[in-house]
Amino acid sequence: MTASRQGAPGFSLSRLADVILPKLVLAPTVLACLVGFYVFIGWTAWLSFTESRLLPRYEWAGFVQYVELFGNERWWGAMQNLGIFGGLFILVSLALGLLMAVLLDQKIRFEGAIRTLYLYPMALSFIVTGTAWKWILNPGLGLEKMAHDWGFTGVTFDWIINPDFAIYTVVIAGVWQSSGFVMALFLAGLRGVDDSIIKAAQMDGASLPTIYTRIIIPSLRPVFLSAFMILAHIAVKSFDLVMALTGGGPGFATDLPSIFMYQHGFTRGQLGLGAASAMMMLFTACAVVMPLLYSELRRERRG
Amino acid sequence: MADYQQSLQAKLIRFGIYAVLVLMALWYLAPLYVMLSTSFKTLDEIRAGNLLSLPGTFSLDAWSAAWSTACTGVECGGMKSYFANSLKMMIPAVLISTLVGAFNGYILSMWRFKGSDMFFMALLIGTFLPFQVVILPMAQVLGWLQLENSTGRLVLVHVIYGLQFTTLFFRNYYVTVPGELVKAARIDGAGFFRIFFKILLPISVPTIMVCLIWQTTQIWNDYLFGVVFSSGEGQPMTVALNNLVNTSTGVKQYNVDMAAAIIAALPTLLVYMVGGKYFVRGLTAGAVKG
Repeated sequence: MTASRQGAPGFSLSRLADVILPKLVLAPTVLACLVGFYVFIGWTAWLSFTESRLLPRYEWAGFVQYVELFGNERWWGAMQNLGIFGGLFILVSLALGLLMAVLLDQKIRFEGAIRTLYLYPMALSFIVTGTAWKWILNPGLGLEKMAHDWGFTGVTFDWIINPDFAIYTVVIAGVWQSSGFVMALFLAGLRGVDDSIIKAAQMDGASLPTIYTRIIIPSLRPVFLSAFMILAHIAVKSFDLVMALTGGGPGFATDLPSIFMYQHGFTRGQLGLGAASAMMMLFTACAVVMPLLYSELRRERRG
Repeated sequence: MADYQQSLQAKLIRFGIYAVLVLMALWYLAPLYVMLSTSFKTLDEIRAGNLLSLPGTFSLDAWSAAWSTACTGVECGGMKSYFANSLKMMIPAVLISTLVGAFNGYILSMWRFKGSDMFFMALLIGTFLPFQVVILPMAQVLGWLQLENSTGRLVLVHVIYGLQFTTLFFRNYYVTVPGELVKAARIDGAGFFRIFFKILLPISVPTIMVCLIWQTTQIWNDYLFGVVFSSGEGQPMTVALNNLVNTSTGVKQYNVDMAAAIIAALPTLLVYMVGGKYFVRGLTAGAVKG
């Protein structure tokens, strides 16, 4: 840094450039980030406190939109669906992902090929996934017909058109798409476990299942945490999967906050209500993500 | 005897493990198989057979219909123009966001200044937000800018909301590069751009791959921005596919739906097959966000 460059012409100019250029090059991103995220969030918050309908209006109207939102049965239905879908989606994905990772970690032949197969759905659009499962689950020609063809004529499998069960079809498709990714996270975690600890436990006569349940899996706590956060985040913003699979139906049986927000904000001319629901989605995401940020920050400060 | 029993038990366990793994592989493969086989069937075959039955005559009619004549709403030009829209949107958006992200990462690691760490934090927090909270103002601003062209709108939006990830990828890589390298280059008189292009860019190939693959899949697969910020003939592939599948006029052509879905999936599947290694790395690195 303190190197002296002997009287090169333009010395100070190039030094000046070194001070200004980084800021200049970063400036567009700073602008995009500040406006694209922070100003826009403030803007959405403002809209949520107005009576905007088809067009935005900016006169303060207090909490009318939130009062309407909290009195709206469809909104609570959507939140409840998010709870069911999110809870099951996270739980099943974690369980399946962990199971597959542990099994794959047993010096399996063709491990690479198997891993590739488990993970490919993650490369697909949720719209493609939704389209595929919509076809597979349709009662007329899908799984139900297959069961009938095989002689199980009493089988009915109409979840996708059954208001009480439709939300579970979203869970199935969501798990199909995301569990391979959770497997990859856990597998990376397993590969990072210190071998010497395992060897020591083996010397002490601990069996393999004991080593897994007592030593290895507890040491994967950080992986659990980040996998949970990622899945929760996917669940909160879930939109395309449901749009393709059920369109939120039958009725509002698979409605989610994201669909509520989209329809009120963009197709039903209820900007204010759409903005209020978007703010609630933001709070939901924050409630899920804050613990992660907090623990990450604490770990970084300690480390 | 005990040894024999133990080895038998071990063999059974191995067998069980493989059985479970194979079953899981089948569960992941089944939808792809069903999509493929359905797309090669005629509608009569679909009605006569079931999900797992093989197509009798590999008919390509559904594929050509999906590509060039299928109707999405009132338009009946198939998927080809929407496929092209997605390409026209994806290529510039991926390239711009990767290049800018590389510069950002370079600055945030090698040229830190007062406030730059705080800005990185602000950018990181952005990755956690659901986009629903920014799309209403964004629609308004795009209206004010009078940017009528759907592709242009989507490129702009995808660049803005992709920068957080590309910056993160490059920054996290460049902090692992020894700072002495840059210091030495500066002593030799190399400036900001020279150091970037001559020293850092050549060693960034893996990160560039991760970035390109991550952005390609994110942007190609996006639906929310597509449905909100584009319209009519300017819509990307995902939106067109969803319109096609949910068009309720006439006889439901499942084979055409499936062919169109595979067409929509092909580019990202291809990317996954070619760059799977980087894809996984991007996923786990992007995992910091989600």
